[in-house]
Amino acid sequence: MMQHLPILPIVIPLLAGVLLLLPPLCHSLPRQRFIAVAVNLALIVTAVMLLQRTHLEGALTYALGDWPSPFGIVLVADRISALLTLLTSLLGLGALLYACAGDDKNGMYFHPLFMFQLMGVNGAFLTGDIFNLFVFFEVLLIASYALLIHGGGKQKTRAAVHYVIINLVGSCLFLFALGTLYGVLGTLNIADMAAKATLLGPDEQPLAKAGGLLLLAVFGLKAALLPFYFWLPRSYSSASAPVAALFAIMTKVGAYSILRIHTTIFGAGAGALAEIATPWLQPLALLTLIIGSIGALASPSLRTLTANLTLVSMGILLTAIALQRADATAAALYYTIHTTLVTGALFLLADMIGRQRGKAEDRFVASRRMQRPVALGVAFIIAAVAATGAPPLSGFVGKVLLLQATEGAVETSLIWPIVLISGLAAIIALSRAGSSLFWRHSEDAPVAEPTPALRIIAVYLLLAASPLLVVFGGPITEFTDAAATQLHDSAALSGMMQQGGS
Amino acid sequence: MEGVYAFCVGLLTACGVFLCLRGRTFSVVLGLTLLSYAVNLFLFASGRLALYGAAVLGSTEKYGDPLPQALVLTAIVIGFAMTAFLVILAMRSRADLGNDHVDGRIPSEPSLVQRRTGRKG
Repeated sequence: MMQHLPILPIVIPLLAGVLLLLPPLCHSLPRQRFIAVAVNLALIVTAVMLLQRTHLEGALTYALGDWPSPFGIVLVADRISALLTLLTSLLGLGALLYACAGDDKNGMYFHPLFMFQLMGVNGAFLTGDIFNLFVFFEVLLIASYALLIHGGGKQKTRAAVHYVIINLVGSCLFLFALGTLYGVLGTLNIADMAAKATLLGPDEQPLAKAGGLLLLAVFGLKAALLPFYFWLPRSYSSASAPVAALFAIMTKVGAYSILRIHTTIFGAGAGALAEIATPWLQPLALLTLIIGSIGALASPSLRTLTANLTLVSMGILLTAIALQRADATAAALYYTIHTTLVTGALFLLADMIGRQRGKAEDRFVASRRMQRPVALGVAFIIAAVAATGAPPLSGFVGKVLLLQATEGAVETSLIWPIVLISGLAAIIALSRAGSSLFWRHSEDAPVAEPTPALRIIAVYLLLAASPLLVVFGGPITEFTDAAATQLHDSAALSGMMQQGGS
Repeated sequence: MEGVYAFCVGLLTACGVFLCLRGRTFSVVLGLTLLSYAVNLFLFASGRLALYGAAVLGSTEKYGDPLPQALVLTAIVIGFAMTAFLVILAMRSRADLGNDHVDGRIPSEPSLVQRRTGRKG
């Protein structure tokens, strides 16, 4: 059983998704909910075990069908993959609990789709083969198309058309990039590609570079990098709350792929192809940060604001990734944990607030009084402090780690002001949001719709991560440092290859 | 052979991109279909073009690269499923929104080109 650990985060949700479609479960929502939550807890346990093993024993390689490494498809679980798998299942649990309070009733097949989505995300994090990465991207995308439109409605349909079309174009570009890279390098195993990339002659380097940059564009599309982010605010703010919360991990899949491909294959050791992404990634990431901050200031509702804060966090994350150094990557990993869970919680919170305010929903206008202002208000202040990066919560630690990772006058003078001013913009936007949502209300009686306790539990569960990330900051930063060093250490990579061959 | 092949892939891609940039969902669906055809051909060519090369060792002198063929099969299946989904989604959006424009509404302002040529949209 233990030797199959790396594939379990993919197989468990796959089997669960199929089971949920079969007779004893498919017509009974309570049973589906029970199974889905149980499976999610199992996923958390698996991810923790995987994390422990990868931390103690180094990267695990799992050869599918036992075909030797450069020829067959491998799954590679190193520290980063294990960490992100755990993050996915934690976020999944929060979103799932929230959905179990009623959102899964709005349409059919919510739970199976949710499971397939988890499968795709986990697969994308664990694969060691770039074509397999494409396949898992498609798995998570097709589940996300269906989840985005789940529940129906004009807004969702309109957002889904854009989302689906842009992602299909992205998939085409992905395949073009893969074809180019395969034609030049002759392999699709990521570790093997890294080894072959150093051996390229001068005629083949431009082709490999084109393929690599095309991949950057594709991943940038998923990660909502500047010219490709226009789909994000509308689709995230029109999706139902648990789906939007789960989508918080999807942009991170794009960022993870950039990190993986452009650090492993086109990293510092790739000779003439070293760091081809940096000249593009760095300015675009900073511009994304700026545009996200402007969008946050201009947002008319809490959901749109949260979607724009997602953009801000992607900007910060990609800035850290673009630095291409181990300490910056460690900061990016810490920030990823923080921002995924807090953004997810904010999406859920926006939905709960919207349900209590009648017609005004979550727009920043005066409306009737809320029914449970204290529970929601405390959650909002925790989420807001964490999201803006103010002390004492985890956003602050994440930003400090990033700012410490900058080196040299040029980098510092570019990154520090932009990151800090974006923090100020987030504070302004969120305090305006909070004061108009909680303090400006009319004298009408509150809406009678009750808020199930499960929803509040789900939000607090996700928000609890923020103080915990600070309290256990020492061990977590030690782990992220180790994970980043492992990624940047090319010696570890060749060790991974040999393991796969055995 | 390489020239003709490259020309066909390029032509398909160009037509696909052009159709994707149109405003109605039907032409966008067609555009994406053409793009996925172009991608399939392109992937196929990434194993180099060779005549009479079987993908089995030992049966012929020259052998073809089997991996791109497997990749193309995967890409075809995925592309087909995605296109089917998009067609259904386009029909759904036609029913929900009352028109087949990708933005969900017909732009009311006549575009610059139409104004210049005097045509009505």
